[in-house]
Amino acid sequence: MCDQTFLAITFGPCDSCSENRPLMNLYIKTEPINYCSLCMEIMACQGLASGETLKSLKAESETLRKKLEEERKKLHDVELEKVAEKAEALGELNMKTRRTLKGHGNKVLCMDWCKDKRRIVSSSQDGKVIVWDAFTTNKEHAVTMPTTWVMACAYAPSGCAIACGGLDNKCSVYPLSLDKDENLAAKKKSVAMHTNYLSGCTFTNSDMQILTSSGDGTSALWDVESGQLLQSFHGHSADVLTLDLAPSETGNTFVSGGSDKKANVWDLRSGQNVQSFDTHDSDINCVKYYPSGDAFASASDDSTCRLFDLRADREVSIYSKDSIMFGAASVDFSLSGRLLFAGYNDYTINVWDVLKGTRVAILFGHENRVSSLRVSPDGTAFCSGSWDNTLRIWA
Amino acid sequence: MAQTNSVGSNGVADESPNMIVYRKMEDVIARMQDEKNGIPIRTVKSFLSKIPSVFSGSDIVQWMIKNLNIEDQVEALHLGTLMAAHGYFFPISDHVLTLKDDGTFYRFQTPYFWPSNCWEPENTDYAVYLCKRTMQNKARLELADYEAESLARLQRAFARKWEFIFMQAEAQAKVDKKRDKIERKILDSQERAFWDVHRPVPGCVNTTEVDIKKSSRMKNPQKTRKSVYGPQNDVRTHSPTHTPAPEAKPATEEQLQDQINYWGGQLDRHRLKMSKVAESLLAYTEQYVEYDPFITSTDPSNPWISDDTAVWELEASKEPGQQRVKRWAFGINEVLKDQVGREQFLKFLESEFSSENLRFWLAVQEVKKRPIREVPTRVQEIWQEFLASGAPSAINVDSKSYDKTTQNVKDPGRYAFEDAQDHIFKLMKSDSYSRFIRSSAYQELLQAKKKYGGIQDRRTSFEKFTRNVVRGHGFFWLTNGPVQIKRIHCFITLSFPPSPPLDTGMVAFHDHLFQGLVNMYCASPFLPF
Repeated sequence: MCDQTFLAITFGPCDSCSENRPLMNLYIKTEPINYCSLCMEIMACQGLASGETLKSLKAESETLRKKLEEERKKLHDVELEKVAEKAEALGELNMKTRRTLKGHGNKVLCMDWCKDKRRIVSSSQDGKVIVWDAFTTNKEHAVTMPTTWVMACAYAPSGCAIACGGLDNKCSVYPLSLDKDENLAAKKKSVAMHTNYLSGCTFTNSDMQILTSSGDGTSALWDVESGQLLQSFHGHSADVLTLDLAPSETGNTFVSGGSDKKANVWDLRSGQNVQSFDTHDSDINCVKYYPSGDAFASASDDSTCRLFDLRADREVSIYSKDSIMFGAASVDFSLSGRLLFAGYNDYTINVWDVLKGTRVAILFGHENRVSSLRVSPDGTAFCSGSWDNTLRIWA
Repeated sequence: MAQTNSVGSNGVADESPNMIVYRKMEDVIARMQDEKNGIPIRTVKSFLSKIPSVFSGSDIVQWMIKNLNIEDQVEALHLGTLMAAHGYFFPISDHVLTLKDDGTFYRFQTPYFWPSNCWEPENTDYAVYLCKRTMQNKARLELADYEAESLARLQRAFARKWEFIFMQAEAQAKVDKKRDKIERKILDSQERAFWDVHRPVPGCVNTTEVDIKKSSRMKNPQKTRKSVYGPQNDVRTHSPTHTPAPEAKPATEEQLQDQINYWGGQLDRHRLKMSKVAESLLAYTEQYVEYDPFITSTDPSNPWISDDTAVWELEASKEPGQQRVKRWAFGINEVLKDQVGREQFLKFLESEFSSENLRFWLAVQEVKKRPIREVPTRVQEIWQEFLASGAPSAINVDSKSYDKTTQNVKDPGRYAFEDAQDHIFKLMKSDSYSRFIRSSAYQELLQAKKKYGGIQDRRTSFEKFTRNVVRGHGFFWLTNGPVQIKRIHCFITLSFPPSPPLDTGMVAFHDHLFQGLVNMYCASPFLPF
């Protein structure tokens, strides 16, 4: 009764039902609203209803998530480390720096191996991208990008081109010519366009397609020749920092990790997020598939590396130590998947036994953060790039 | 997915990556400073004066080994040096911030100057500081070379406001003079250590550098640009890393609905038990461990270690080694991954006149790799070759896939043949592939009994044998390797019938051969026979 009687100061057409009625003058978030009392009632009820809907949706979402966690837990009947006790212990590992590649003028941010197992492309903060024959340590090609902080680079499967990008928000492909004097920059092809920095790029089994990840929260698949966007992948709620393609011949998936602490598995064809893992406490800097493609490892700023299995749909192992306080920047597996090499922001590389969960070696040598680390295609060595401007080959 | 407002396990809200590290280091520092279990801090009586509030480098190392679960001294030194480089403790008589395991004295930094306060000191502050140093006429506070250079540079850069800077420096020096002598010593050293972190000695790592990807999210507790020498009413006695972050945006209805659908879908997923998964991971690594150069030494040697590229040359040659052939039996993916494997598989199927499945599969893989422009024509070609009625290489797909493919071909995309390809792949895996592995062609490759393959293999094992023998006797075979092998190869085929039994052949020769080798490598390069 009381809310029907009010002092009507104005009389005129209602904003909502357009009929001439006494109007209630209300300000919602500094916006004046002139509704008649009936429309005001309706609006209030709807507001309550939507609040209710939001609350019930939130509750439903929470219940489902808890249920999912329970289901995952139910199948966790044993720890990986326990089962791994019967695995043979690793012998003494004697890894040393076998080559040091000097030539970058500033921090090395990314590197990739060529399929010929000896060439490497690396990119740096000063905008230079260099192709090396790591075996002889000779520089074979050098490109100067028109941007600093080239955070991503990749070698094409044919060995005839490289892709790179960074703060320019683009991914560019440079065909590598045999003629040393030819200006590589002239043949540059801009392929990907994002709205924020490019954090990672990789060719998908052929020179014709590139998969990119960006600070704008998306990943995308591009056709190199036309620059056309073939598929985009949305789902991260913050920057996507890393991606890795599944190694299978029949596989059509890739995994990405982001600043939202999530690692998502995507279907290349449909663009759908098929699986998601969010047990990390901070940004995921790097993700890499286990050689069989059934699992992947991640490196994070929370100073841990973790192993997630796709069939068990959960985190199955965590590689951490109290004395390791700095974030892990990059990881890769050895060929058999038994060893996990991880480069950290405390300038070291730790080698973990994937099955038993223990650290088997710590490698010193770099004088600043290790920013990227990859094992060579035949597993004979791995290369680490660092903020100390050098790359090191370890075997 | 909508952003869930996650809170860390100890109740601390989301932090930027750098803060996480700072918090961990500060926890360690707090333990180090603990009265009962920390590092003993003392005042040392030196020549003419007292050195207040110090502890030695070896104290730190010992404490770390005992309390932080660190196994060896090298690791402790490394971690300690990092903590010093970030400015949590510092050597009292050196600009270079490293940890040494000896009697060098160190002091803790005051929390005011901790990096977690997100200092970004300006050059004007640095100028004031250097200027102030020149006013204090104490020998031990003399500017180092690099500092003198910096001061000269700053004087040029700030020529116009130098008067102002000078005045500030004077005011600071005055305040300092009034302080207690001991207190002054401590504060001076702490201030110097602060600048050693933010303006490091040339050649030293600048630990304040940030990764540009994270820099946009640095949470700066000081909203306004704070000067190092600003008003002192803001003395912090503890770090602000434990302040909570602002609330994340509340999720919208649409986002929540998406999330619900997603969770619902995930619940339906089929999951494997952990025990099964663990067994599978174990089995995989066990199977591949012999191929892992980090665990099982390669044969021939690892090129990166021995500088010999023989193993790469062997892989590039068209004849696959026994180990490589063995791998093809691990699964169909191994055969398809290896170019030589694919060729052998295709050859086998062709011999059985059943190669259309594999050829179809390979063609479809190829289409997915082509530029988008070429896709429509290729799809048509594949359709005509394999699936159209009366196709020359007709394959058998189930009717459902066939219908779907017929539809797809009308509007051809890269995935037009996806269903058909899946079906064919399953067929190949269960039928063609298993026949290939059981086939005599494959078994021969594996045993290396084939005509050409036999000699190759004998060559390889012969190679191994002679390498071992020759190496044992001090000859440097490796650098001349490949050339000499060819010679031996010719030598064998000249004198012996094409495929004698492996073992007797070897045994009969090795005496002669060894002598022959000795002649070869020590004297002139001609065949001794």
